[in-house]
Amino acid sequence: MNTPRSALVSILLIASSVCAFAATEADYKAAYAAAEAANKEAAALRNQWTTTAATLAAAKKAADAGDFDAATASAREAEALAKASSFQATSEKERWKDMEIR
Amino acid sequence: MKLRSATQLASAALTLAALTFAAPATAADKIDPVADAKAFKKFFTDKFPKVKLEDFVNGPYSMDEGLHRQWEEKEQFPPYEFSLDMGKEMFTKPFKNGKTYEDCFPNKGIGIRQNYPYFDEKEGKVITLELALNRCREANGEPPISYVRDEMAALTAYMAFTSRGKPFDIKIPNDPRALEAYQRGKEYFYTRRGQLNFSCATCHVQSPGERIRAEVLAPALGIMNAMPIYRSEWSGMGTTSRRFTTCNSQIRGVPLNPQDDEYRDLEYYLSYVSNGLPISGPGARP
Repeated sequence: MNTPRSALVSILLIASSVCAFAATEADYKAAYAAAEAANKEAAALRNQWTTTAATLAAAKKAADAGDFDAATASAREAEALAKASSFQATSEKERWKDMEIR
Repeated sequence: MKLRSATQLASAALTLAALTFAAPATAADKIDPVADAKAFKKFFTDKFPKVKLEDFVNGPYSMDEGLHRQWEEKEQFPPYEFSLDMGKEMFTKPFKNGKTYEDCFPNKGIGIRQNYPYFDEKEGKVITLELALNRCREANGEPPISYVRDEMAALTAYMAFTSRGKPFDIKIPNDPRALEAYQRGKEYFYTRRGQLNFSCATCHVQSPGERIRAEVLAPALGIMNAMPIYRSEWSGMGTTSRRFTTCNSQIRGVPLNPQDDEYRDLEYYLSYVSNGLPISGPGARP
């Protein structure tokens, strides 16, 4: 009785993992838009990172080549980088004083 | 009654504690450029007791004897000499309207480098020498030149050369906007940025004299006095704008535009804290 149930679970797990890794063009577009928005926020704080721009460019290049898995992964990485740069700008508003020569 | 007294006592203790913690914060937040400059100089002279105050303007070449000897030999045939010649020629050559750069500056532009940047009370902003040169061009119907290329380096090199030995004399007028510009420059200097999470101070306060890859880091004290500089790494001259933007990109931060307010304020702060040290530009760096 247990065997068919575990087989079913395995099939479901495999199916769900396939869904998780096979990104579509729509997934890429959503991830890219989110990354761009986060990078705009960093620009407003005057604190963009060069790596965000490079990772966004890598995402676009992968998407142009039809590799939406890589494109989506890069776009998500770019969003994380942009958010980190905004966090840095915000936290440094006060933290810079720790380094000051007094 | 006891409860009431205890409450009052607790409340008084809390107020006292709040004041105790609030007082240093207020003192620390007070903008005091004179105290800053004094502390800045003390920090570097304590860190490098063998280096004479006026020698800090030689950057990495002031940091050890071997490097100092290299610098003395380099000065025999300075690599920035071609830039000086070009700068002098550009500076004296009339614009199409017959005027020259001389007409835009006090004392015809000779021996005035130590007074830049200054705070323009009319405009409410910091005016750097590079900015003033481009404004001079535009006022005379000429297109502006790049802030990061050879022509700007040559013009500022020539002007710095005519001021060699004169102590930096940056003034902060009695105008709250000038103090704010100074403070913003200080904040920029100490703020970490870029993916490497470096501030200007990470290299030029925490680590001068140490190597970052093949380079020996310059102390922040006197760093502006040597601008513009010939850098062997660049195989050419570099302006202050080039130095600032390159520093930003080296720590993986997107540089701002040359002469954006942040960079002008930064130059104002860095120059002010080096007041009294002689102009040594144009400089040469490894």
